Amino acid sequence: MTELTKRSATHLQVEHLSVSFQTDGDPVRAVKRVSFKVQPGEILAIVGESGSGKTVSTRAMVGLLPDTATVEGSAKLDETELIGLHGEAMRRIRGDRIAMIFQEPGTALDPVRTVGWQICESLLVHRKMSKKDAMARAVELLDLVGIPDPEQRVNSYPHQMSGGQKQRVMIAMALSCDPEVLVADEPTTALDVTVQAQILDLLHDLREKIGMAIILITHNMGVVADLADRVAVMFRGELVEEGTAEEIFYRPQHPYTKHLLSAVPHLGHERPARMDEIAAPAIGATKVLEIKDLDVRFPGHVGSPPVHAVAGVSLDLYEHEILALVGESGSGKTTLGRCAVGLQVPTGGEITALGLDIRHAHAREMRDFHRRVGFVFQDPAASLNPRLSVGACISEPMRIHKVGTKAERRDRAAELLEAVELPADYVDRYPHELSGGQRQRVSLARALIMSPELVVADEPTSALDVSVQARVLEVFVRLQHKMGFACLFITHDLAVVDMLADRIAVMQSGRIVELGTDDEILRHPSMEYTQALLAAVPRPDPHEQAALRDQRRALRAATKE
Amino acid sequence: MATTLSAPTTAAPAKKQHHFHVPGWAFLKSTHGLQRVILVIGLVICAVFVICALCARWIAPYGFAQRRDANGVLFPSQDPPSAAHIWGTTVAGMDVFSRVIWGSMTALQVVLLAVILSLIVGVALGVISGYIGGWLDRVLVLITDALYAFPSLLLAIIVSIVVSGGSSSAFGGIVSAATSITVVFIPQYFRVVRNATLSMKSAPFVDAARVAGAKPGRIMFGHILANVSQTIPVLLTLNCSEAILTLAGLGFLGFGIEPTAAAEWGYDLNKALNDANAGIWWSSVFPGAAIVIVVMGVALVGESMNDVLNPLLRTRGGAVTTADEMEVAAALAQATGGTDTVVAVGSPDPATRSAGRGSGPGGPPSSASPGAAGTASSPAKPQEGPASDSGSTEGGAR
Amino acid sequence: MAKQRSSRGALARYLSIRFILIIPTVWILVTVVFFLMRITGNPIEAAQGGRLPPKLLQERIHAAGYDKPLLVQYWNYLWALIRHFDFGTTFSDHRQISQILLTNGAATLELVIYALIIAFLVGIPLGRLAARYHDKWGDVVIRIFSLLVYAAPVFFLGLLMKLLFTNVLGWLPSSGRASPDVQAAIEAGHTHTGFMLIDAIATGSMSNVVDVLKHAILPSVCLGLMTAGVFIRLVRINLLETLRTDFVTAARARGVKERRVVSKHAFRNALIPVVTVMGMQIALMLGGAILTETTFEWRGLGQVLANYIQARDFVAVQGIVTAIALVIAAISFLIDVINALVDPRVRY
Repeated sequence: MTELTKRSATHLQVEHLSVSFQTDGDPVRAVKRVSFKVQPGEILAIVGESGSGKTVSTRAMVGLLPDTATVEGSAKLDETELIGLHGEAMRRIRGDRIAMIFQEPGTALDPVRTVGWQICESLLVHRKMSKKDAMARAVELLDLVGIPDPEQRVNSYPHQMSGGQKQRVMIAMALSCDPEVLVADEPTTALDVTVQAQILDLLHDLREKIGMAIILITHNMGVVADLADRVAVMFRGELVEEGTAEEIFYRPQHPYTKHLLSAVPHLGHERPARMDEIAAPAIGATKVLEIKDLDVRFPGHVGSPPVHAVAGVSLDLYEHEILALVGESGSGKTTLGRCAVGLQVPTGGEITALGLDIRHAHAREMRDFHRRVGFVFQDPAASLNPRLSVGACISEPMRIHKVGTKAERRDRAAELLEAVELPADYVDRYPHELSGGQRQRVSLARALIMSPELVVADEPTSALDVSVQARVLEVFVRLQHKMGFACLFITHDLAVVDMLADRIAVMQSGRIVELGTDDEILRHPSMEYTQALLAAVPRPDPHEQAALRDQRRALRAATKE
Repeated sequence: MATTLSAPTTAAPAKKQHHFHVPGWAFLKSTHGLQRVILVIGLVICAVFVICALCARWIAPYGFAQRRDANGVLFPSQDPPSAAHIWGTTVAGMDVFSRVIWGSMTALQVVLLAVILSLIVGVALGVISGYIGGWLDRVLVLITDALYAFPSLLLAIIVSIVVSGGSSSAFGGIVSAATSITVVFIPQYFRVVRNATLSMKSAPFVDAARVAGAKPGRIMFGHILANVSQTIPVLLTLNCSEAILTLAGLGFLGFGIEPTAAAEWGYDLNKALNDANAGIWWSSVFPGAAIVIVVMGVALVGESMNDVLNPLLRTRGGAVTTADEMEVAAALAQATGGTDTVVAVGSPDPATRSAGRGSGPGGPPSSASPGAAGTASSPAKPQEGPASDSGSTEGGAR
Repeated sequence: MAKQRSSRGALARYLSIRFILIIPTVWILVTVVFFLMRITGNPIEAAQGGRLPPKLLQERIHAAGYDKPLLVQYWNYLWALIRHFDFGTTFSDHRQISQILLTNGAATLELVIYALIIAFLVGIPLGRLAARYHDKWGDVVIRIFSLLVYAAPVFFLGLLMKLLFTNVLGWLPSSGRASPDVQAAIEAGHTHTGFMLIDAIATGSMSNVVDVLKHAILPSVCLGLMTAGVFIRLVRINLLETLRTDFVTAARARGVKERRVVSKHAFRNALIPVVTVMGMQIALMLGGAILTETTFEWRGLGQVLANYIQARDFVAVQGIVTAIALVIAAISFLIDVINALVDPRVRY
């Protein structure tokens, strides 16, 4: 590639960048005097949690903010000042000199155009070339980003590709004009860990091959550790700390950075001490949940075969035990969890929960059963009825089972709120007034109000920020120790599992691949899939991650043979 | 239209009024600039319409079927506007102004009856069909889809023939017009409510109620209906205006109400058809303008409501609320043992409490800047789990 | 290559499923209409009750088979429809309903086509403009216009136009499909397609064509504007929504020109939901045609239907309504085809 020579010393320098949004009230300052720079061949990671302004600051550079935004400061690409650039001049920069990758590959591609058409478009807007040449280049690019059969796939529509492939197409499109700077905005957040690992490897290779500057925006410290040369930490619109990856991970200065690092669950590390304040209850011999040859099929679309979500799973859960169900999307783990509490009717097999044969139980028996189980949902925003107050949400199970008077129910709700470490006076608030983490704790309180013997928690923390997640998990574990319920904990995050599970079941396409104790699965996995899954989880530690990357390569080379 | 607008209020216990927005002051406040102007104009037109309808007997100088003055002298036919008949007289020698005013009463009666009837039947059927599913749902969907595809006016005509045997008797006039319109509207409510129910049915909070052991009745009418009702106000205004148009259409084709039974704008327009050919404008322009203005008024209210309520038109707010940021700060403060305890856990600023879409379907219309909430979007964490797994459940239902 | 073929197979399967789904729709409509019409009694009584001595009435009813059980009558009706496409014969003037459908149906079709052209020409560009100037004055004006044409019943709009263009300005004729002399000339001609314009062109006289076009302007504009109002709102709202999607932002981030972003990415995606509703609107136009035709004395299906309704000729009403149901089913199938062409996801 001859164009490579042109970017000898170009770099992007951002100085005192501020962004504020006009609202009905006071203007909201989303980014406050942020400065950073990035050089060719360098990966700068901008890390932060919700609302830290990390996305806004990069979008401001390319003028992709809504009209309500006011941008001040300077962002220089080489000698070109980007802030204040409009219309045609800005358009020429976008895609040609600064390219972007987005979080959701599923929505960032035009659904009614083939991927080849879209890649050609990016080429043709900036380069004078024939359509035929552009198509040839598109095939080349697809090959570069590792899409098999590029000559065929170039004619595919986005919906015919998997999430990982779509993200590869996005990357191919971003690379089409050999940009000097690539902005990757949470490029792997929407993907499964194994796919994430592949995309990270791809970005790693591309950086070495092409040598452009990459700005990586992410909330995942593991991803940062994997890729970044330098790291900028943002918090509430301010850039609180900047340094090399070494400095940030091993010698963090700012309290927020330290806090963030301590909150990240780290696969393979010791459990945080605070979790074990109360000793965990000993696991009993009674089976709380007994699943035998469970089978769930969903009818497919007209003309296509049914989806086999769960295929012959057998599983036992004992008293006081936390069993983690781990798997990637579509592995059937959620369906299994829903079956366990009777939310999903299985098509085959047996489930005995709390001594009741769920498949053949009467409505009345099910209602009694439901008194004794709890369920915590993934999305805290959607799992609480927005029309009910927090108190009413929490005490609804009591109302359904006609337990206690109104005042007693309210008192019990307040009591539970305190148990999940929320102020008791929150009973009168409404869910939308609470933050995500608070809502999830309310959801937990509701699940626990009847002192259940069995709790199914479906990805309870995956929609939360890291620091918030840490607190919710802490509360959860403490309550489990205190109340002693048995728990089926469903998650895709192996690092979280490590913090609380007694046993782990790994699921893949409807089957349990491996089942064992925490230690067996996470430290001595015997199945290949489990090994691959573990190797794919990015560790928030650059050294460990570098070693892991080599191990992952070796593993992949081994499987290829 | 004030009566119909407040209908959603009755759907929920009054004590919750401070929480979700009743179309009223709170609603008005959530609009801004041009939007508010449009809403106010619409509301004023609706108010004038209702007042005319309720006070017709005092406003109108003559009765709707009156052809003679107090002295028994026949009114002149096709008389241009004058002091005695400010908007002139019709070909049958009736006072145009009085007929227009009395017409508003007929319109209001028919609209109220039709909208209430179709609302009750359509919503109940929609919730039950969507929730229970299976054969009942399939059959109902097939029937309502067929009816929905059919030209509404034609359907109304057929039903009107059935109800009143094709002849518009004095008694059945209003009821038959209302029934025909009801039949046209039931499929509309049914579709909207059923679809909302379907998507609500797999919402986690409904599952939560189910896991808690709630009976289907409680889930349908306690949880789902309260949230589905969010979609109804806009449809309601649309139907009010459409009811007026359908009534006028029926009247124009001769299925309306006999002129001796009540005044009806569409009927008057039909009778004015030949006048127009002769250049007589007053007998058609006034009743026609009445239709346009009233329909316009209701539509304006619906339009601005749609603007405020329609989540599609609001920039997606992400799940980030001020409360989220506060919480991160609080977590930090706690972890670092910082002195920064002012940012206590949560305690979100009430002014910005509705900043995000996070409030879900029941949340109040957000007035916060779409831009601010939209672009400061959080890293949407893997939307895996239930979204993907239970997605296939729904696929089967469709 | 194999890939290509399989996607074509999926398309064929999709369309055939859609086609099969038409059958229950049509059947339901035919059934509903049949039973609704019979609830009121038998057609002869409705049309001629009171005017005939009871004995004669009974004879007539017997002769027409209306004393048979309702289900038998239903079956006979359905069977005739399936086998011979026979919609029955009218009571009031003993015409074959299928004949009425051919002659008057053509007139309605002509009107609907003109109106559709106007609706598309007005609705889609204005909808795009309104979306482009979202919340600015242009948007407001266009939205008010769309509300106004929605709020004005077609017959009132027609009346106003007649007053203005015929009585005040005297530019355009107020009713009918052609002037009497032109009508006579066309009837004397050799071509009788039922489409006045084609027949007029066939006469070879320019003035005939102009006359026919002049007659068509007011009714088509009335019906067209009614639909255009809906199109404006549809296009606007869907375009606005699509302009907020990620792939539009992504296209902008690639440096694609704004004009191209709108026309190549946003518009086509916005069209997908629009197509479905537009199909629905065409069905609604058939309802609007009844009013328009009555207003302008356009001898179409709508006006004939209105006349038969007035004459209480329910056999005629039933036949015409059934035919309209068939047309609507055909339109909805057509919409599915268009959708499959526009949206690759439909093809699986």
